[in-house]
Amino acid sequence: MSEQIEKAIARKYDAGFVSEIESDTFPPGLDEDVIRRISEMKNEPEWMLEWRLQAYRAWLKMEEPDWAHLGYERIDYQSISYYSAPKSMKDKPKSLDEVDPELIRTYEKLGIPLHEQKMLAGVAVDAVFDSVSVVTTFREKLEEAGVIFCPISEAIQKYPELVKKYIGSVVPKGDNFFAALNCAVFTDGSFVYIPKGVRCPMELSTYFRINELNTGQFERTLIVADEGSHVSYLEGCTAPQRDENQLHAAVVELVALDDAEIKYSTVQNWYPGDENGKGGIYNFVTKRGIAHKNSKISWTQVETGSAITWKYPSCILKGDNSVGEFYSVALTRGRQQADTGTKMIHLGKNTKSTIVSKGISAGHSSNAYRGLVKMGPGADGARNHTECDSLLIGDKCAAHTFPYIESSNPSAIVEHEATTSKVSDDQMFLCKQRGLDAEKAVSMIVNGFCKEVFKELPMEFAVEAGKLLEISLEGSVG
Amino acid sequence: MMLTIKDLHARVEDKVILKGLNLEVKPGEVHAIMGPNGAGKSTLGYVMSGRDGYELVSGSIEMNGDDLMELEIEERAQKGLFLAFQYPVEIPGVSNMEFMKESVNAMRKARGEEALTAAEFLKMAKEACKQVNLPLDFLKRGVNEGFSGGEKKRNEIMQLILLKPALAILDESDSGLDIDALKVVADGVNSQRDGKRSFIVVTHYQRLLDFIEPDYVHILSDGVIVKSGGPELAKEVESTGYAWLGKPVESEEAGA
Repeated sequence: MSEQIEKAIARKYDAGFVSEIESDTFPPGLDEDVIRRISEMKNEPEWMLEWRLQAYRAWLKMEEPDWAHLGYERIDYQSISYYSAPKSMKDKPKSLDEVDPELIRTYEKLGIPLHEQKMLAGVAVDAVFDSVSVVTTFREKLEEAGVIFCPISEAIQKYPELVKKYIGSVVPKGDNFFAALNCAVFTDGSFVYIPKGVRCPMELSTYFRINELNTGQFERTLIVADEGSHVSYLEGCTAPQRDENQLHAAVVELVALDDAEIKYSTVQNWYPGDENGKGGIYNFVTKRGIAHKNSKISWTQVETGSAITWKYPSCILKGDNSVGEFYSVALTRGRQQADTGTKMIHLGKNTKSTIVSKGISAGHSSNAYRGLVKMGPGADGARNHTECDSLLIGDKCAAHTFPYIESSNPSAIVEHEATTSKVSDDQMFLCKQRGLDAEKAVSMIVNGFCKEVFKELPMEFAVEAGKLLEISLEGSVG
Repeated sequence: MMLTIKDLHARVEDKVILKGLNLEVKPGEVHAIMGPNGAGKSTLGYVMSGRDGYELVSGSIEMNGDDLMELEIEERAQKGLFLAFQYPVEIPGVSNMEFMKESVNAMRKARGEEALTAAEFLKMAKEACKQVNLPLDFLKRGVNEGFSGGEKKRNEIMQLILLKPALAILDESDSGLDIDALKVVADGVNSQRDGKRSFIVVTHYQRLLDFIEPDYVHILSDGVIVKSGGPELAKEVESTGYAWLGKPVESEEAGA
């Protein structure tokens, strides 16, 4: 039976095509000149360049971390190109009609139509292609509500005060090796500002696509929810099927001011590499939010892609009564490796956090949960509940759990539960006896295992995530 | 003929459990298979349905003219073979509703019929739920997740009612049931008897056969049918037990 399960999860990667688009791409290599040129391409003010250079100088002195449960050849940072943009984007198209149709086709193929009338009602999209944002939809409608949703490169010019105030306020320049690199060379990403008391009228989403060979993508997202506001945001990502590994080092910062709520969902489907571990995206990402009084930050992630995932979306629960949540599904198969989890830093009184992590390992893959729950001295009455479940498919994969708990407050309560289970022959037999084939059986069992997390996703995307998992598990049985 | 089993020999790992079993079942008939633990009762159901590890050594099983051994597990099911499990397994997070809808639609697809919509299926499922006396929230709960033994058995019968198989094997569907639950299970099965569909009722005790009246009763011992007769044979077993078989009773049926 387990052989059939193995076959059933043989993956087909639907997003692996390459778009024929002429690009302006920097030659590989990184030094201060490259950073100056990126800044120049983006027409940035002097303070931004200075900030980048400080980050770069800090990065030069830092060591690449090696504590994660991951094995890979050291990355040669001089062999990567740090900027690539479609030539047609140079003249800054004013409307979608002026955008290269090949770019629009690329997103259509990925199921992301950029024409507003064709889109899912109620979802605004920022489409980022390699190092630039192609288009951001529904901007006028959002502006009516006072919501700012635009490429971060544009925000730096149009809303410098807001950007200056918040960029690097949650993930400082020198936070960690990959974050520092991002600060130095970030190219595009999304900026969101929700004014006081506004409930964002639409779901916001950013769709990241890496296309160009030997190019890294370093995007940066900053979301600021002002007092009493509310926003739900989703990011999606794909890349072509290539034999070379490509680096994706992003930074996401969330700021939830008093009484605000931010829900951040990710459906990550970067190219995972082939059966033998050739190619695939290295996904080294720093995501962190700061929650002020009575606010709430909720991270939901569905991670099915990337050769390597190194990612710990975290919450700093600074304000009293603030709430942090982390719901995660990480699926690894083939030779994929994931080391992912969260950090919940409780600083305020009566802060609450919930962690639900579902790891699914198949093939020869390795899937690790790494999580830190820290109760600061001021975190009176704080509570955390962690649930960490692993599902093994086959007998060549591995699941690991690394929970870290630090408590400096005797009134704080931390709970941790962990389970490991297998897709059993008995379950497969029951499903097949009821007429279901092996593929359907595995995808149903896996979907059931992930249910708690899927129900946290915005409705449109919950369906998508379920489908993605099904495609990921699709194979050649029969 | 609904089912023709000829000289069936089957093994579990290295151990031969069935040693020359013959059985014919016509459409509409109910056959009871009784016997002591270790006789091979559950093995018969597993070999017929194709469970891994239950291997055919020789002989043949035909259902409605199809050689079952040539078919995958799900193909046998799609052709109308149903096994009500003795120990139904849990599938956490997958609701009964979802599971049964997929199952019913997989069968329909195999027959070239349109899939049922969620609303159509819900109506059917609610009726089936009532028929086996389970509250409607069972449809929302995970498959067998946290069900009591009796609830699991009733849930199997609910699936039987929804799938309307041509040939159903009930593997000790009476074990562990109190008299009320036993009646519910029996009523559920009886409601499905329509003169065309056939049943093989596997049981250790005669009790269930008071409620599901069989056309034939077979006594299975050490992998062969040693005696066949009408319903009166079950009564005989009730009074004399299996000691007359003269074989030592093995502790547990292999693989059951």
